[in-house]
Amino acid sequence: MPDGGQALRLAAAGGWRQDSYVDGPIRAMAVATIFWGIVGFLVGVVIASQLAFPLLNLDLEWTTFGRLRPLHTSAVIFAFGGNALLCTSLYVVQRTCRARLFGGEEMGWFLFAGYQFFIVMAAVGYLLGVTQGKEYAEPEWYVDLWLVVVWVSYLVAFGGTILRRAEPHIYVANWFFLAFIITVALLHIGNNVALPLTIGHAKSYGLASGVQDAMIQWWYGHNAVGFFLTAGFLGIMYYFIPKQAERPVYSYRLSIVHFWSLIFLYIWAGPHHLHYTALPDWAQTLGMVFSIMLWMPSWGGMINGLMTLSGAWDKLRTDPGLRFSVAAVGFYAMATFEGPVMSVKAVNALSHYTDWTIGHVHSGALGWNGFITFGALYWLVPRLWGKTELYSKKLAEWHFWIATLGIVLYITAMWVSGIMQGLMWRSYDAMGFLQYSFVETVAAMHPYYVIRMLGGVLYLSGAVLMAYNLWRTVRPAPAALPASQPLAAE
Amino acid sequence: MFKKFSHALIEKNLILMGVLSLITVSIGGLVQIVPLFAVETTIERVEGIRPYTPLELAGRDIYVREGCYTCHSQMIRPFRDEAERYGHYSLAAESLYDHPFQWGSKRTGPDLARVGGRYSDDWHSAHLRSPRDLVPESVMPPYAFLDRPLDYRDIAAALRGQRAVGVPYTDAMIANAAADLEAQARPEMDPAGFAGRYANARQSAFDGDGRTVTEMDALVAYLQMLGTLVRFGDVTPERVRQQ
Amino acid sequence: MDLFQAYPVLKAAWVVWFFLLFGFILVWVLRPGRRCAYQAMADIPLQDAPPAPPKRSL
Repeated sequence: MPDGGQALRLAAAGGWRQDSYVDGPIRAMAVATIFWGIVGFLVGVVIASQLAFPLLNLDLEWTTFGRLRPLHTSAVIFAFGGNALLCTSLYVVQRTCRARLFGGEEMGWFLFAGYQFFIVMAAVGYLLGVTQGKEYAEPEWYVDLWLVVVWVSYLVAFGGTILRRAEPHIYVANWFFLAFIITVALLHIGNNVALPLTIGHAKSYGLASGVQDAMIQWWYGHNAVGFFLTAGFLGIMYYFIPKQAERPVYSYRLSIVHFWSLIFLYIWAGPHHLHYTALPDWAQTLGMVFSIMLWMPSWGGMINGLMTLSGAWDKLRTDPGLRFSVAAVGFYAMATFEGPVMSVKAVNALSHYTDWTIGHVHSGALGWNGFITFGALYWLVPRLWGKTELYSKKLAEWHFWIATLGIVLYITAMWVSGIMQGLMWRSYDAMGFLQYSFVETVAAMHPYYVIRMLGGVLYLSGAVLMAYNLWRTVRPAPAALPASQPLAAE
Repeated sequence: MFKKFSHALIEKNLILMGVLSLITVSIGGLVQIVPLFAVETTIERVEGIRPYTPLELAGRDIYVREGCYTCHSQMIRPFRDEAERYGHYSLAAESLYDHPFQWGSKRTGPDLARVGGRYSDDWHSAHLRSPRDLVPESVMPPYAFLDRPLDYRDIAAALRGQRAVGVPYTDAMIANAAADLEAQARPEMDPAGFAGRYANARQSAFDGDGRTVTEMDALVAYLQMLGTLVRFGDVTPERVRQQ
Repeated sequence: MDLFQAYPVLKAAWVVWFFLLFGFILVWVLRPGRRCAYQAMADIPLQDAPPAPPKRSL
């Protein structure tokens, strides 16, 4: 293989340096993460506004809530989250294995371009109404097939890099990334078995129907959370928090228990999305029991992340990136406590179908996934571009507080509206009739939808600040300007 | 055995770690999914479930296309308030031919599992065109664009596709797909054999205009049959018991 | 005795079993054995060593 040969030659000449890692595509993925993050948050603000002010559906078929909502969820989960995972995992696996990416630059660029192509194809489909109608699995069969190609390449690149490692031990972050890649492949294929009407037709019908389809969908859907948004992002936590705190992970042994218990238990939790539905009771009960047990590995991992800072808590004052990462672990703790509570059938009877679920998802997505990604980016972007300092710590601090306020507004509004709507649906008047018509409960949501929208605007503004800050960080130094140019002209 | 075992073995072997991870994550899914296909009582033993008519199927595809499931559930839970608001709790049998299922996860709007027959065809088409004309507090997007002609050139292929994934459409149903679709949306047309092929299917000018078959016709035809197939008067507890 | 009658017993047994499992894991995690080896592994990300040339060509 030319790659290995080149490395050997470089090594012989003493030219094997830090920059021999494949970093070009990783820089591109970092840019894509920021770009899709802002797009995803923006579409989120748009659809939140539509629920408060339905005129914003604009009377156009392409801009209705029903078509934009999958755009929002896919943009934040798969485009923002996916690029963050690609970026960090390929960075981490090279560093912790002390090996160049398997497949070299070409593989990195293929993964970058292939993944962006998947995102654009899926997004165009949503706007045109090409969808499978399954939440978080909306892309049609031809997009699904393309993703399989990209994903298998990802597994080959990631696994290949581990195989050629110089470090005998595989670092724990890589276990999480590996389990994430393997399980997402399994889930993606399992949930998307479908037959197109004809080979030239975008529309397909899935193989499973009704109750089986529902179970497979939520086996997929919950583990998109469990493996895409949790296991993968725990990989980020296990590398970047130690780097930012400059301390090793709190307990390596705990991370072993964390890993196996988390991946074993998570996969069972899907049926809690189907409590009191036509899914047989035994499956619902299994889903509930495992969801509650899941609390333990979640908090085990949370403790491992937080305690890594013991002896380095003072860094929180000076490093805004670390503050994002630590707050992310805090939100993770909150969301993984709330989740098991909501999976208890008695609680779920109230919370299901309401905004409480939406609030819960966003405390995880905005707080955990968003913040840990921001934390990693603030650390990673200067280093990827060979800089030593962030352009402005002050701006990063502003980002932190604006985003935190946004999350607080968002989730408190959704708690209130969700619990209120759940209670209104089931309340009876003195005569024994249902007290509220459905549309009265819709009208009662309005103020909370406005507050939620404001929370989203704040979170989006924070991300724009970050983009500006990082752009100023990496842009060529003013020294590169012609010397004759006066400074005032800048 | 335990003396020999060391986790360090796994930590140093990528293939071993990958395979063990795959086994670990497969267990839960297998235990929960396989029995649903194997245990017959998962689907209740009730009468009246039939495949969708071609027009209803076209309407269902529009329901999926527009992402209606992002705001409307089709799954009534067994609670007193839901029974009073929406009707009998939903059965697994009622979504037997749903590829994909559309149970939903959020009720920004009301549940639609039994919306069929609750409102008139005219109400539905007027409400879809401009929801706030009828329900001022509604936050639903307007769907006036559905008044365009329905493209049903592929309707036979759609029925064939449904049959390929297990819906019992007969050869006659597939051969007559386009004719059945037109007949259902145009009450003046002779529905030769339509009623025999699809029990309890209603012919109507669903959008108020019997001249062209529109997307509105298809969607309203679908909405108007939701939850109407099972006659709950004939159902005994034994028949709806799941295991 | 069918599953319905056994249910309360199974429920209690499950709690006990789970408590024992949790205790066992806690002891295993906190015991000091192999501390040096684990410390070395945990230090991997902090080393910032340059990439080594591959030992074998893949």
